Amino acid sequence: MAASGRPEHQAPPEIFYNDTEAAKYTSNSRMIEIQQKLSERALELLALPDDEPCYLLDVGCGSGLSGEVLTEADHTWVGIDISPSMLNVAIEREIEGDVILGDMGYGLPFRPGTFDGVISISALQWLCNADKKYHSPAKRMLVFFRTLYAVMRRGSRAVFQLYPENSAQLELLTQQAMKAGFTGGLVVDFPNSSKAKKMFLCLFCGGAAQTLPKGLGTEEANTNVAQKFTKREKGSRKSLKSSREWIMEKKERRRRQGRETRPDSQYTGRKRRGHHF
Amino acid sequence: MLTSNIIKGVTKGFPLAINPTKIEVKEVDFNPAFVVKTLTKIDYPALYQAANDVGHGEGLPENIEGDVKENEELLKSLHNALLQVEVIEGELVCPESGRKFPISNGIPNMLLLENEIDNTGQ
Repeated sequence: MAASGRPEHQAPPEIFYNDTEAAKYTSNSRMIEIQQKLSERALELLALPDDEPCYLLDVGCGSGLSGEVLTEADHTWVGIDISPSMLNVAIEREIEGDVILGDMGYGLPFRPGTFDGVISISALQWLCNADKKYHSPAKRMLVFFRTLYAVMRRGSRAVFQLYPENSAQLELLTQQAMKAGFTGGLVVDFPNSSKAKKMFLCLFCGGAAQTLPKGLGTEEANTNVAQKFTKREKGSRKSLKSSREWIMEKKERRRRQGRETRPDSQYTGRKRRGHHF
Repeated sequence: MLTSNIIKGVTKGFPLAINPTKIEVKEVDFNPAFVVKTLTKIDYPALYQAANDVGHGEGLPENIEGDVKENEELLKSLHNALLQVEVIEGELVCPESGRKFPISNGIPNMLLLENEIDNTGQ
């Protein structure tokens, strides 16, 4: 998402995310980092069973940055996006998931009960716009949520990170989601910070009653963070990102897939030290 | 990888027929647990049909019987059909309306026209 202004106001998504805008998502490391962090948090909120490969849907997958996070966690995913330019970037980046060109407001073209979870990073707010004269945001949301409910496995979750413009938009989105049968609500991370504040709409699709996770940066959440860290040390299923082990794993995976990979050496995964004179 | 997902790809009408013009087979890590789990969700006859449509149905039986988990060879064939075969160029055809969805560069285009939108969401 561009830092300045709201892209939703500038042009419809299939036009706004043109080749130039799409290129930013591969070259701009700040944007990439933000997207990855958001995706990691969304995946955490999905609360998928440990050590079980899942089939996930990424709504508004764009160039597949969020999908990469899913691949890292050994899940298989399918992405849907309306911008052909972004999808072409995704293909160029050799993402692992499949991508489909489609409009979420027309409904999702999948068989019922397909997905074990759904994530969406900075995409849902696009539904609030009417970009064509026959578009009605409220209707499009309802169609989207209804088909979404159908394609999800009972008891699974959908997590949408979104930038709502005002509380009315948020209310309409939640209202339409509830109408479609979802339960759940909003998780706000760092509600007291204007910059770090992030909103996640967590929707539960049927099944047993689930409790809404707490947002980060609130008092109760501090214990959550501590728990998370101890859990990571105990489980240690995945190496820490950008560590040497992580890089070696990733290279090994690429080699197995027969993709071009630089040979390993003593310098692999070493920091580039600054010059000391 | 696309074949299976495309078969799943339906709003109304299922399964979509595949008219491939260019197919690639790419290597994907074999994960038996995932294949078993996926098998419970898909419509097997449709997968069988689709795999034969694209000419990669080798090793797939017409019906699946017995314990799949123990049959590694079968799992490998399923893995191949589900995840490794990818339609790069071609089209998907809706069995009911005959509507064609083009696939280019491995991306199926599921965009609809104004008059095709289903506003009820059902």
